[in-house]
Amino acid sequence: MNLTERYDLDVVKWFVIMASVYLVIGTTVGVYIASELAWPFLNDLGTDLPYFQFGRLRPLHTNAVIFAFGGSALMAAAFYIVQRTNQTRLWSNKMAWFTFWSWNLVILLAVITLPLGLTQSKEYAELEWPIDILITLSWASYMYNFIMTIHIRNRDKVPHVYVANWFFMGMMVMVTYLHVVNNLSIPVDWFKSYSIFSGVQDAMIQWWWGHNAVGFFLTAGFLGMMYYFVPKQAERPIYSYRLSVIHFWALMFGYVWLGAHHLQYTALPDWAGSLGATISLAMIIPSWGGALNGILTLSGAWERLREDYILRFLIMSLAFYAMATFEGPVMAAKTVNALSHYTDWTIGHVHAGALGWNIMVAAGALYHMIEKIYNVKMSQKLLGIHFWVHTIGTVTYIVAMWVSGIMQGLMWRAYDEYGTLAYTFAESVSAMHPYYVMRAAGGALVVLGAITMLINIIITIRKSSREQASVQAATA
Amino acid sequence: MAHQNGKESLQSKLEKNIFGMYLFMALAVSLAGIVEIVPLFTNPDAVKDEVVVADGSTKSLLWQRGDKKLSDWKPGDGVRPNTALELAGRDIYQREGCYLCHSQMIRPFRDEKERYGHFSLAVESKYDHPFQWGSKRTGPDLARVGGKYSDEWHILHMRHPQALVPESVMPKYRFLDDATVDGESIQAHMKGLRKVGVPYTDGDIAEAAGLVKGKTEMDAMVAYLQSLGNMIKFEDGVVYRE
Repeated sequence: MNLTERYDLDVVKWFVIMASVYLVIGTTVGVYIASELAWPFLNDLGTDLPYFQFGRLRPLHTNAVIFAFGGSALMAAAFYIVQRTNQTRLWSNKMAWFTFWSWNLVILLAVITLPLGLTQSKEYAELEWPIDILITLSWASYMYNFIMTIHIRNRDKVPHVYVANWFFMGMMVMVTYLHVVNNLSIPVDWFKSYSIFSGVQDAMIQWWWGHNAVGFFLTAGFLGMMYYFVPKQAERPIYSYRLSVIHFWALMFGYVWLGAHHLQYTALPDWAGSLGATISLAMIIPSWGGALNGILTLSGAWERLREDYILRFLIMSLAFYAMATFEGPVMAAKTVNALSHYTDWTIGHVHAGALGWNIMVAAGALYHMIEKIYNVKMSQKLLGIHFWVHTIGTVTYIVAMWVSGIMQGLMWRAYDEYGTLAYTFAESVSAMHPYYVMRAAGGALVVLGAITMLINIIITIRKSSREQASVQAATA
Repeated sequence: MAHQNGKESLQSKLEKNIFGMYLFMALAVSLAGIVEIVPLFTNPDAVKDEVVVADGSTKSLLWQRGDKKLSDWKPGDGVRPNTALELAGRDIYQREGCYLCHSQMIRPFRDEKERYGHFSLAVESKYDHPFQWGSKRTGPDLARVGGKYSDEWHILHMRHPQALVPESVMPKYRFLDDATVDGESIQAHMKGLRKVGVPYTDGDIAEAAGLVKGKTEMDAMVAYLQSLGNMIKFEDGVVYRE
């Protein structure tokens, strides 16, 4: 019996396809707003319309890549992994389709409302309250279905739940908390609400959400992918079970504290910022433990990297993960944060994670699932193009933001020989221009890679259905 | 791995009991929030609203309003809610995503003091639902931009930023001239804010519609920007933050 008959994979298939579509859209919007910072006339293109301005499109970019692309990839992977590792069909295939349609409806509403300026003005939680309620329902259906699928497994065949499932579940629990608490607000009409929190409390709750959208949505969930797809693609067991237990619980307990490091030297009480920074430094241990656990899974099979591009995506993603989780604690240290906060360095750091870690590990996962579901090899040539174009684009982007971020920070605090500020703010803006151009170019390469991925997936699916048709014709 | 010395570990038990594991996860991720967030609500020092002045007496940083009207407030009188027009401007500030490029949070550094003014206090954003501290300075900080430029400068700058600051990468906001502020929805917004704790009086809400009548979104935006950062009069020798 083949895979598609044993498991509910149609919904997985569609989440995979939508993830690759949303990646193209989300990164394209990203390149557009990056270009607006390099060439401001792109904001209005000679019209007096606000819909394409930076302030309206930036939330669309972040929501599209995090929740449309990232969310679809996470849902595809979770529904795939939970069935494979527990050797059972989904608890409810219907409910999975509800998750699919409601999640896509959320994305459609985001595409409409954000350019119209309907926003709560909380970063990565911009969507207004009716959409927030829809997100809650969609997310709850995802979580419930996932847990129930584990629950109905055959306990004689699968007594222990595999580590990838823990990571997905941890993400589901925490994101529920974060989403509900951070979006508590009083509606004044259908499209406008005010947060019930204000000032310093609201800032702390927002960054508790903001950093854990990274820590759980983009880290724990994507580590769930890593713990399944790296061993599968490498055809070897995970390097260390013990390390994965430590990695998991340290991440669950530790990540949640970090939000406060976004608010150092602000009006947030000093103890909270310092506490956040201290735990941030400690987090390098579980983060690197996890990265090593993935990379060392390959020990004894390194030569496979030479011919397997999917494995390359997965292993390169872990290298970027290790890099970004080293950079994060460095930036959380108070002295560095005094310089880096408010600058492009933060943007660079986020993209080291998003482009280097998230997109690469998800690309590996999506490619792997397509090959398994359709039982066919993908075009190695296109995989290779995607890998190199994406890697070069990512490095270009990060380097541009390192230079511009550190330069901004230094220019703002520079004094001349008379003890007065050396640069006006406007001078620091114009000094950024070459790096904003470079960043847009790096981003454009990422878009190119994403398009290659979409094309490769479409070609593979069409090839597979042609082959199936000819097999059916032959056996008829 | 599951059995050590013949006794099953807690980890092994949780791996078999998914609901037990769920519970442990829910507890593990709750702790940080309890330690870091709850004290901000319970400890009054988190949003300190009074200071000790030179003669040893305490002075409130909040506007001691009595039965005065919002329009009786003068710069330096203390922290107050936004007027109707300023609130309309603040709504536009949110709508246009200004917070994505401008912070409203000055840190206690020498260069920030010289560039932007006195460091920000928690109490200054006490009525900010949600907060507008921002996280990025593609443009300069705006926490104390109020009173720094004339209304005319702001209007020209919003219409065409590059005409005044050639290096600027800010979008043009000419369309704010063409839209007017709706009195009824401002009243609804003030009522909503009162529900979450902003001390608007019935009188404030009643007069709001009249105050914004015929005003453009540009007027509202300028009124909001001019209100930023001049609510407290900072005095030498007073400790505003320990």
